[in-house]
Amino acid sequence: MDKVIIANNLSLAYSNDDTIINKVNFSVDTGSFIFITGASGSGKSTLLKSLYGALKPIEGSLVVGGVELKSVSKKKLNFLRKHLGIVFQDYKLVKEWTIEKNIMLPLIINGYEKSVTQNQVDSLLKHVRLQHQAGKYPQELSGGEQQRVAMARALAHNPTVILADEPTGNLDDYSSQLIWNLLEGANEQLETTVIVVTHHIPETMKVEYKHYHIESGDIREVI
Amino acid sequence: MKSFKNHLSLVIALVSILFTIQVFTVVDRSIDAYKDKLTKNYSLVIVSQNKLLPKELKAKVSTIADVIELSPESVIKKLNTKISKNNIELLKATLPRFYKLKLAIYPSPDEIQKIRKKLLKIKSITKVESFSATHDTIYNLLLLFKTVISVLAFAILIVTVLLIFKELRIWQFKHNERMNIMSLFGAPTWLRSAVLFRLAIVDALIASVVNFGIFSYIASSSWVSQELKTIGIHIVVFDKVNDFLSGLAISVTLSILLAAFIVLGHKEEV
Repeated sequence: MDKVIIANNLSLAYSNDDTIINKVNFSVDTGSFIFITGASGSGKSTLLKSLYGALKPIEGSLVVGGVELKSVSKKKLNFLRKHLGIVFQDYKLVKEWTIEKNIMLPLIINGYEKSVTQNQVDSLLKHVRLQHQAGKYPQELSGGEQQRVAMARALAHNPTVILADEPTGNLDDYSSQLIWNLLEGANEQLETTVIVVTHHIPETMKVEYKHYHIESGDIREVI
Repeated sequence: MKSFKNHLSLVIALVSILFTIQVFTVVDRSIDAYKDKLTKNYSLVIVSQNKLLPKELKAKVSTIADVIELSPESVIKKLNTKISKNNIELLKATLPRFYKLKLAIYPSPDEIQKIRKKLLKIKSITKVESFSATHDTIYNLLLLFKTVISVLAFAILIVTVLLIFKELRIWQFKHNERMNIMSLFGAPTWLRSAVLFRLAIVDALIASVVNFGIFSYIASSSWVSQELKTIGIHIVVFDKVNDFLSGLAISVTLSILLAAFIVLGHKEEV
């Protein structure tokens, strides 16, 4: 099976004397569903940041979607990010844009036609049950609703890989279940690789998944 | 409302810059027009033993626009009751020649001194009257007026530029968040900064239109035309095409520079 992510002797740190991830090796198959767990401060989010190029490896190599991220150019990084769908714990929605425009963002960046963009946004708004909130601004929605918007934005351009950082943290059961269903649906129907950083793996998971655990700077598969 | 406030802060700064520049332009035009008026009325008088040719004088002093020989008749008329006709003719022949020199510019006191020296180098010229006391007072008054306006305009520009820099920091903070989010989804620099440049250009347009409105009103006001008439000058207070276009160019350049500073100063957060 093709590998979408390959990490060799990967070390990550925010400063040189504070290594968070230490010489880890792992790979991710295309179309797989991965959970990464670990205690707070173990480096889960740091690892996820490195996967979308917000943090460069200090040692080893990290290849995502064929792009080596240790010495990546801005142009190549933009190319990679166009094929990623990222869900952040703090949603990262543009406050001065409507819900509709926030979901449109990856479609605009990827140069989709206006008619296609509008159809895709309408369909996603229905999927996240926010079709009546299209014209509202993020701050007018609840946390759960904002995370559903972030989820719709991550799915909008049918990305190759979805990276989700604690997507259901602090969400109500209804919003949480909706987000898990969408992630499972993308993985099952579109064969999108999904990597989720979380504290808890939901019991209701229907798709096959792999579980990695981070502890003391090391990452191991939990079987 | 929030968006209106966002626009307002930069628009006010740009309008005050354009207003200051236009006021300075109007004052400069007024002083130039007044100088022209004074130039028309100002002349030097020279006394020469021999007849002088205008060509000869213009070759020595390039700023001479016109040479008018003054007739001695008016002086002689005052004497002709007491002097016989023959003696008057004799007097006419021995009297020196008087010339009025019109200049192309309104000279500074230094320039007058230089002209004096050049003219006195011509052997036949015995005296040069520049009416320097009156001239110097008017000239220094104009200079003082222009300096005061320049200092004032400079001070306003400095304050406005500081205001714009403050605005830059606010914009940097506000737009960094959006630009970061767009960057995380792979937006190229031009797309990330497009909103910012659009906003900057719109603000520059608004400021230029506001400035156009203010000065069109001032230019058409009867008070201004009455004042200009009193001073005896005619100037274009606001050229609706050229002044508007130069104002627009200044505000667009300034706001694009502001946006460029923000884009260049943008650092992606980790």
